[in-house]
Parts: sequence; C-alpha cells; structure tokens
Amino acid sequence: MDLPLDHAPAHHGVAPHRCGECCTTMRGIGVRYNGKPVLENVDLHLHCGELTAVIGENGAGKTTLVKCLLGEIPHSGEVHFLDAAHRRPDSPVIGYVPQHSSFDKDAPVSVLDLFAVSLVSRPACLGVSRSVREKALNGLRRTGAEDLVDRRVGTLSGGELQRVLLGLALTPVPNILVLDEPMSGVDHSGREQFYELLSKLRREFDLAVLLVSHDLATLARFADRMVFLDHRIVCEGPPAEVLRDTRVREAFSLHSLS
Amino acid sequence: MIESLLAPWHGFVSSLPFEWARYEFMRHAMLAVLFVSPLLGALGTVVVANRMAFFSEAIGHAAFTGIALGVILGLADPLWSMIGFALLLTLAIAWVRRRGGLSSDTAIGLVMAFTVSLGIVILSRGGDFARYTNFLIGDMLAVTGNDVVWLALLALIVFALFFFFFNRLILGTLSPALARSRAAHAGRAELSFACLLAVVVTCALPWIGILVINALLILPAAAGRNLANNTAQFFGWSVAISLVAGLAGLIVSFYTSTATGATIVLAAMAIYLLTLLRRSAS
Repeated sequence: MDLPLDHAPAHHGVAPHRCGECCTTMRGIGVRYNGKPVLENVDLHLHCGELTAVIGENGAGKTTLVKCLLGEIPHSGEVHFLDAAHRRPDSPVIGYVPQHSSFDKDAPVSVLDLFAVSLVSRPACLGVSRSVREKALNGLRRTGAEDLVDRRVGTLSGGELQRVLLGLALTPVPNILVLDEPMSGVDHSGREQFYELLSKLRREFDLAVLLVSHDLATLARFADRMVFLDHRIVCEGPPAEVLRDTRVREAFSLHSLS
Repeated sequence: MIESLLAPWHGFVSSLPFEWARYEFMRHAMLAVLFVSPLLGALGTVVVANRMAFFSEAIGHAAFTGIALGVILGLADPLWSMIGFALLLTLAIAWVRRRGGLSSDTAIGLVMAFTVSLGIVILSRGGDFARYTNFLIGDMLAVTGNDVVWLALLALIVFALFFFFFNRLILGTLSPALARSRAAHAGRAELSFACLLAVVVTCALPWIGILVINALLILPAAAGRNLANNTAQFFGWSVAISLVAGLAGLIVSFYTSTATGATIVLAAMAIYLLTLLRRSAS
C-alpha cells in the first residue's frame, strides 16, 4: 500500500479555524460484550473544526465507539459535550452518516421523503410540505446534491447516496458529525471528492468530525488527528506520526514504507 | 340505531341498476370492503417496505390457536381470544428475536409451526374440524350492519395510529442506525405497528380467510411499489389498487358464486401482473 505521506495537507498549510470552545470528551469508556472487553478505558477528545479519524482492524471496536458516542449502547465511563458557551447540552445535535451499504435500496422512497421522515412527524405518505422541501434543498445544497432531491434513493450511486446522507446529517447543523466507514464501496475519485467536501464543510461550520475508516491513504491527507484503536487506544496523533508507528504498520501491512 | 345510520347507504346502492345491489348482504359486504381494503392497502406499504410478509402470514395462521382458545374458554364469538392470542404471539416473536439471536424468519417459522399445529390438534378433537373450515376461506357475505360500524371505528383508530408511526417506521426500514441517531425509536414504532397489524389481520380474517388474507396485505403494496417513485405515490397506489381489487373481486364473486376473499386476491394479482409489465417497460 502506497501512502502519500509527503503530500501537502488538504488545507494547504492553513490551519482550519477553530473556536476551541466547544468540545466532546469521552473518558474511560469501556464496553463488554458477553464478558469479553470490546473497549477498554478509551479517552478521546473531539474539538470543533477538527477531523479525527479512527482506524483499526475489523473487530477492533470502532463501530462500538461510535455507538457509545451516539448513546446507543450502555458503557462505563463518561461522555460530555461542551458547547461554545461552556454549557453542557444534554442532547447535543449529532449528525450521523451510516455506511451506505447498510441502506435499504428497495423501498420506493425519494431523497425528499428521506428528509421528511427524518425531520418532521407529518407522515410522508400524505405528501411533503413546502417548508420541508426547502430544508431538504438547503441541506443538499451544502453537499452539491440538490439535483437529487426527487430521485428514488435506490437509484443513487454509492457516492451520490453518501452526499445525500451527509446533507441530511447537516440538517440541522450538528455539534458533532460522525461518519462510520462512509466510503466503503465507493471508487477512488469519489472518495477524494467526498473527503475534500467534508474537509471544506468542517471548516465552514466549525464541526467536530469523527470518521471511522480503512482508507489510510486518503485519511493521511485529510485528517487532523488519527487514532489507532485496538480495543483501547494504541496510539494517536498527527496522521504522519501514527502511520509511522510500527504497530499500525504491522496491523495494516504497510511494508512499502520500510 | 345502526340501521338508521346505514339507511342512506342502503338507499343509494339499491337504486343502482345491478342485480347484486338488491341484496342487503351484498351492500353490507361492499361497505366492509370499502373500509377493509384501504386499511390493508395502507398497512401493506409498511409490511412490504419492512419485509414483514412472513410475520403477517404467521399472525394469520395463529388464528387456529386463537379460535381453539375461544372454544376451550366457551366464548360464543372467538374474535376476542383470536385478537388476544395474536397480540401475545406478536410479543413472543419480538422477544424470541431479541433474546434468542435467531434470525427473524427462523423465529417466526418456529412459532408458526407450533401455533398452527396446536390449533389444529385442539379443534380436530373428536373429528370436528370441518366446522371451522369457514375460517380458512372466509365469508364476506356474512358481514352484518353491526360489524360494519365496528369496522369503521377500527379503521379510524388504525389509520390515526398508522400515520402517527409512519415516518419512524420508514426511517427504521431505510437505516436502523440512522433512525437511532435521530432518536426515532424505530424499535418501539415497529412493535406498535406489529401489534396494530395483528389486530387488523385478525379482525378481517373471518371474512377474508386465513389462507388468503396475507395476499391482500402484500399484493397491492407490491404492485404500488412497481409504480411509485416516492412514499406518497407508494401509499396512494397501494390503497387505490386494494380498493379496486376489493370491489371488483366482491362483484365478480357474486356472479361466479365463488369465495369472495380468494376472488379479491385474484383481482389484486391481475393488477400486480399489469404493474409488472409497466415496470419492465420503463
């Protein structure tokens, strides 16, 4: 595997704007499944304007970590959210982009319906109101996907669906954006475009982004920080540093670098 | 009181120049179709989208045990024991799925095999099973004015609850993970819908028949899916197709002296095949 470690970072040397005021803290997170530890004593800080990439082998607990952050599963330890005014909102807005391969593509649901069922309680089968359509178009505009609003979800390509789901995750603009292997099954140029878009949005909305992915080569250019997870945090830091760590290189067979 | 409520309907239909319109049982049956068809068509959209066809089939078949319980308890009308048992079964299937780690179709298959056998064993004691064959094919023409009023009330409540849960159900179907991140509690909505479905299927069973009721849930929605590009069209087509098939099947069955439930299913099947042509053409 070839890693473009020496390339300029995606933000071309300009540090992204960070208010530095809001942050998410995960402290001492532990999860056991059938008595076996899946996560042990994980400490993680997510700062706004910063893209944190979580890497690790299959079964290393990456998706479990995401579930803890989303509050889906019971865990030990604490998750705290602090907004810019140093308040602790009990339920911060979390934008979540699921794996598109997990998405049901058979249902006769349009992109607009997807926004309607996510945003309002008026049943989408009775039609979608103009105001919801406006919201959907606003969200889709952020990811350049407004042309897709009336398309049936099942007819979208992997890259198109990911842009739609990202637009949905940004409606309303969240405190934290969480993406779980968003690019699995999407071709190389699609990935580049998606990460570039993500990088731009992160700065524009000052988002804290947590990204779970296998995509080491591309992440090396776009992530601000990388965390190597193997049931606990093995190492973390700037991508270039983490990718030089022997434990990471062993796990991902990065022999071409030696 | 019920008769005066239905008098305008009877007056209107009997003025139509058709032979079937002269019979009171046909006018009652038609009202029942007008309430039941849209209900099954609407619920069918979620059944098809959520892949619950096997579950609804199992609920229909569980009626065997529901009827048997009614017989054992000495109820004059086994409907209440049927509803009670269908709800119990819905909860049991949900529980087995959650606890046992069984795949959904295996869990449902197990439960269905058990309830069908248990019901048949109890009902066939003393070689008396033939008494219950009416439930197998249903009897639409046995609908009374009283039934129609209850049915209208049921339709009203079910539609209200269905609309209440609809968005959460669809979001949960598309992506359970996304639904959870939106705090949409798809699991609770799904269980509520399953209970709703169990009640509707059980109430419609005596008229439509255990063997064919599931087809009326699935065919209109499957046909609607072939024509629709969004959920509003999906819903609209499914309800409309269900209604057309219901009325056509009822009237045809009058002239051909065939079981109404099965005739309606054939009408729905014909419409489904037409939509298939349209789908492959586009």
